[in-house]
Amino acid sequence: MAFSDMMSYNSMKQPLQDYQAPNQLHFNPYDFNGGTILAIAGEDYALIATDTRLSQGFSIHSHDNPKTYPLSSKTVLGCCGFHGDVLTLTKVISARLQIFEKDHNKQMPTSSVAAMLSTILYYRRFFPYYTHNLVAGLDDDGKGCVYSFDPVGSYEREVFRAKGSASSMLQPLLDNQIGGKNQQGYVAQPLPLERCVTLVKDVFTSAAERDIYTGDSVQISIITKDGIKNERFPLRRD
Amino acid sequence: MAALCAEPPKGGFSFENCARDRHQAGQIPFPLARYITYKTTHHSIGWGECTHTQKNTNDNVHMDGVVLGADTRATEDTVVADKNCAKIHYLSDNIYCCGAGTAADTEMTTQLISAELELHRLNTGRIPRVGTANRLLKQMLFRYQGYIGAALVLGGVDTTGPSLYSIWPHGSTDKLPYVTMGSGSLAAMAVFEDGFKPDMTREEAMKLVRDAIAAGIFNDLGSGSNIDLCVITQGKVEYIRPHEIANQKGVKQGKYLYKRGTTGVLSTEVKKVEFDIIGTEIRRHQPMETQ
Repeated sequence: MAFSDMMSYNSMKQPLQDYQAPNQLHFNPYDFNGGTILAIAGEDYALIATDTRLSQGFSIHSHDNPKTYPLSSKTVLGCCGFHGDVLTLTKVISARLQIFEKDHNKQMPTSSVAAMLSTILYYRRFFPYYTHNLVAGLDDDGKGCVYSFDPVGSYEREVFRAKGSASSMLQPLLDNQIGGKNQQGYVAQPLPLERCVTLVKDVFTSAAERDIYTGDSVQISIITKDGIKNERFPLRRD
Repeated sequence: MAALCAEPPKGGFSFENCARDRHQAGQIPFPLARYITYKTTHHSIGWGECTHTQKNTNDNVHMDGVVLGADTRATEDTVVADKNCAKIHYLSDNIYCCGAGTAADTEMTTQLISAELELHRLNTGRIPRVGTANRLLKQMLFRYQGYIGAALVLGGVDTTGPSLYSIWPHGSTDKLPYVTMGSGSLAAMAVFEDGFKPDMTREEAMKLVRDAIAAGIFNDLGSGSNIDLCVITQGKVEYIRPHEIANQKGVKQGKYLYKRGTTGVLSTEVKKVEFDIIGTEIRRHQPMETQ
């Protein structure tokens, strides 16, 4: 039987065999480099914490790679997920902030940084930055504020939020310890900074016990009207 | 109906007359009654240990032993499922086996082969050989075409001396002086390649294996927690668990005790229960093991 006969015979009588079907090759432009970020808004402070591990698959790229990026004297960005996109996104944000500063001769307010980040993210709606973002800082009244984002730009102001690989372990602890969830007779009161720092260290310690992508150490940035102070605390290294 | 006929010889070496021969050589007393019993049931018997020792220099250890090591982390995707699991499995009194891969597969495979080795020991009356365990494991894994996800390091000491094998899920095996398996195998092998010497003392070998496992624990995300070791020498096994607690559990900075009444009470009822005291016992509270 001639080849052309076979083809016509097949196309008429037989379903297409998989070796005859067109073969699409996929390029996956994304990866996941782990890491966890967490932010809490206090009365007159904001706190944002990150672990310092950067990994890929079962390997560790770096033991010392905090995923928080100071944007101004009163705003810090937390950014994790695909590190390539993290680098590009932080570069884009820095450029836009520099342009703003030159145009307006002042630093961009935290609420505006959040609004701008939302548009930057949505601009890539159909080829998103694979990043989980938190913006922490002081608002125009000097109160602590936290904005959380999804990868395509949906955002809202919150009091506390965890993002990244161990977010599903941290968030319920924060819901309980700060939000007073599942506690009968809980009276909400302002969270003192010292208790807040202790709580952050402890939830990261717990996350490092069970999440393989969280570990090495946690860096805590505390934003007050006096500027940004950083603190390190060791975590499990395995 | 088929008539009874003599079984044709099946080939291979018959151990039937070993005991008699040894008796004739004056080595051991010859229990005639038992001999006959065994003979009729086609079991071979052999007493005593082979006195022939083999100096084995190409081993993970000194001439007369192997050191097996493992970390103690078990994971489900990216979450640590068990912080202190045992990955060094018993096969027989002189053979142990480290398992990497699917936990259920390493567990069940080693249990099954352990049972087969025990039956083999009972049938032959001999201490099972590491080569036998290797053959049983590889034939089983090959039969399952890699679908049993067990990557094993097999080690033990037998009449031929100490030996060490790595066994892959598809059934291929390597007999080597030092082997590594699992997700941390590259980190561990790097340490072996750097530090291995043919004639090591027991302490040197234990240190090298410790360092290799530690390399996996700190550089591979699939490995973690503690270091277990198993040192097998002629007629002696030391299962050291843990050999080292490589990672201390994080210490909490704050206190998280809830006020009384935090858990809601929907309804209460008090009932009087009649009871007799039969005996009393004071027990110390034992916390759950979590490390």
